[in-house]
Amino acid sequence: MTNKSASNSIELLTFRIAEQEYALDIMSVREIRGWTHATPLPHAPHYMKGVINLRGTVLPVMDLSTRLGLPKREQNDRNVIIVVKLEETMTGLLVDAVSDIVALSPEDLQQPPEISSSAAAGVVSALTLIDERMIRVLDLSATVSSIEGVAA
Amino acid sequence: MSTDPMAEIRASFFIECEELLEALQDGLQIMDSGEDDPETINIVFRAVHSIKGGAGAFGLEGLVRFAHRYETVLDEVRAGRMQVETDALKVFFQAADHLSDLVRFSRDDVDLPTAETAALLQLLDALLGDEAHEEDAPEEEIEFKPMGLALDLDLGPEESFEDDTSLMAGDLVDPEPSDAPFTITFTPHAELFDTGNEPALLLRNLHNLGTATASCTFAELPELSQLSPEVPHMSWTVKLHSEAEESEILSVFEFVEGLCKLDLQKGGTPEGPPPHDDHEARYDASVESTAPAPSEPDRAALARAAEPAVTAPQDAPAQSPTQTAVQVAPVLAAVPEPAQPPDMTPGKEKDAKTAGAAAAKSVVRVDLDRIERLVNLVGELVINQAMLSQSLEESGLSPHSDAMSGLEEFQRLTRDIQDSVMMIRAQPVKSLFQRMSRIVREASAAVGKEVRLHTSGEGTEVDKTVIERLADPLTHMIRNAVDHGLETRETRVAAGKDPQGRVNLTAAHRSGRVVIEISDDGAGINRPKVQQLAVDKGLIPADANLSDSEIDNLLFLPGFSTASVVSDLSGRGVGMDVVRTSIQALGGRITTTSEPGKGTTFSISLPLTLAVLDGMVVKVAGETLVLPLNLVIETLTLEGKDVQMVRPGHHVIQVRSGFVPLFDLGRALGYRGPIENFDGSVVLLIAQEDESHAALLIDNILDQRQVVIKGLDDSFHRAPGIAAATILGDGQIALILDPSDVINTAVPHPAAQNISPIQGLSA
Repeated sequence: MTNKSASNSIELLTFRIAEQEYALDIMSVREIRGWTHATPLPHAPHYMKGVINLRGTVLPVMDLSTRLGLPKREQNDRNVIIVVKLEETMTGLLVDAVSDIVALSPEDLQQPPEISSSAAAGVVSALTLIDERMIRVLDLSATVSSIEGVAA
Repeated sequence: MSTDPMAEIRASFFIECEELLEALQDGLQIMDSGEDDPETINIVFRAVHSIKGGAGAFGLEGLVRFAHRYETVLDEVRAGRMQVETDALKVFFQAADHLSDLVRFSRDDVDLPTAETAALLQLLDALLGDEAHEEDAPEEEIEFKPMGLALDLDLGPEESFEDDTSLMAGDLVDPEPSDAPFTITFTPHAELFDTGNEPALLLRNLHNLGTATASCTFAELPELSQLSPEVPHMSWTVKLHSEAEESEILSVFEFVEGLCKLDLQKGGTPEGPPPHDDHEARYDASVESTAPAPSEPDRAALARAAEPAVTAPQDAPAQSPTQTAVQVAPVLAAVPEPAQPPDMTPGKEKDAKTAGAAAAKSVVRVDLDRIERLVNLVGELVINQAMLSQSLEESGLSPHSDAMSGLEEFQRLTRDIQDSVMMIRAQPVKSLFQRMSRIVREASAAVGKEVRLHTSGEGTEVDKTVIERLADPLTHMIRNAVDHGLETRETRVAAGKDPQGRVNLTAAHRSGRVVIEISDDGAGINRPKVQQLAVDKGLIPADANLSDSEIDNLLFLPGFSTASVVSDLSGRGVGMDVVRTSIQALGGRITTTSEPGKGTTFSISLPLTLAVLDGMVVKVAGETLVLPLNLVIETLTLEGKDVQMVRPGHHVIQVRSGFVPLFDLGRALGYRGPIENFDGSVVLLIAQEDESHAALLIDNILDQRQVVIKGLDDSFHRAPGIAAATILGDGQIALILDPSDVINTAVPHPAAQNISPIQGLSA
């Protein structure tokens, strides 16, 4: 585990989607849980997998790979749902696998280059390198709350 | 939680006001029914008085002023100086309504409707007639002020009694007795202390009226071993030389009315003990104040008794029963020998009485959020239990194993818990009915009809949310009954009916649902007129041949209004269709029956709670869905020949003699493409708001059961046709459908466009 205990460091949860590595601020992650069948919501945007039962609350689950416009791939048992909380809303993000928790200082983060308009535009807020692997840091609010806009 | 303690007290005052207003309404209703006794007017009076008192403490002047004048009139009635007639009662009702308005406005800090207040005050004053108007300065009477415990009583050059306790056992002295004295015997009950009242202050107030001499009676004190600290045993006899009116003296005690035994005698000393020396505590050996005068030794005894009392280790007088006990103990220790009444029954009676009061209904106010949380948790428990039983069944355990029988017990307990928790949310419909009686009063006044509202079943309990959401539709229907249902006075007399119209409002539990009925004894639905109107408005074809009940149902069509002239009261375009929509949004049904010349009855049937729903669990394209059972009127298995295509993608099925549009649920929800072969498919016939039917095509029916409704957040994708979700026994989420919404969004057929979609079944 890479761990720099700098006072102003930020901790990131890294995970894999379609052989790419992404990361989220760990402060917004509530829990990680195994994949269960999601009840599809009719007429929902295609990246919404549906809703699952999270200890009695109805949790909407988003397929992050579809959301980011990545190629479709088979579901398998290692798929996990990262439950994130943005403001008061809980959302589940379906990813391929969770890898690690890393601590970085803000200097380690680089601005991403301008990416032409795609589903992923504005979603990646920064890039960083860990052990020569490029990690894309997601902007959670852009990922989760632009749902309506994309759906339209 | 608010951090401002005053705001909290204020909030609880307004909650209390609600209860007082309810009591006020109750009392007036009893008076109206002619079954009142003297206590009823007391209740009414006290309710107004307490509101006034509380309002005074919070400086709500407008409220105080009105309550004061109201109370003044009620006091006249209470004193028997005024007879209550129908007219007066009407004003009382209006005043009560206005008082509740004022309370509400004061709570919300909204400007008070001064014009209305003035108008009602005039009415109230008119009731007083020629009788002397009391002073118009309510502030004088308000004594509800926070009381400090350290009292600075100006007792003059008394003995060494510096403590307030001196008042308990000592004298109030003024050496100038003048005219005929009043003799006041005052025996506080335990409730007086429970409510935080203070005998010493009452006695001091008496003292302020003139020259008072008080003596304390200990006679009822039981032996220490038998002493109950919660029960007061002392009483006071006060000789008052004063020019004050009897009513003035009684007003000193008005806040403790019913909390003590009070006896006021004018002039002389017919029953009480004779005047006695001042500057000397006395001991009255009698059981009652009617006993003969005590002898000298008794006085000495009390002098001794009083001293230890003063040294009792607290500096406040009997603020609470416990403290009284502490105080009493040394007295007894000091006076072991004297006239302890051998008969202990007075004390015992009091004990019994206190116990009785405690056994009476005790109520806890609970934050709704906490109940909400409990309801949610119980919902979890039910789901969890279902999951557990499903997995145990799958594990292949013998049904006779301990685990399985334990599970059965667990199931029963969960169901009991669920029922009990749902009951916490349940409230009697009484408050709702009281609001309706006000609507009747206002509505009948507006249209100039005499109407009497009869209610029954006020104790019927319904979920709080249901009650809240029933208020609007019920108001509308009551207004309709008064305005359209009942005939004018002349018509009624001509028809040989009682000139006074009658509206009945009843509530009852019937087979797991609540049925609320609104009926009037009016002319009934004028069916030819209704049909003609519907034709005129283009709602039905001119040559339609409709049955009576079909005509009655036309009332529920959007944009229908029977009154040819739009009156002030109803008929503003929002009609019975809105009523029906809101009833259906509550999972209820509304039906109507009418008999020409006899009247009309609207009957609303509602589920007991909104937290659970009777659902039909169905399978559609591999997904499990739940439909509200109350909307499903029939289920059918299709054969290929039943289905006819109207145009591509639009099918109808033949049900008996009629054709019903068919909607493929799987396709409408986007779960799969259109299917070609309908053979063997199951359809559900769904009742729509406009009484038309629709058929929903599903794969099969799985179950019929109660499901716990889980609201879907508005924050994420709002799926059309989906009202809410629930969690099934296997832990999976199933969506609860709103069939009308599905139908309207799936195929917007022309008739559906002017039907407002049913509101979501939010939990």
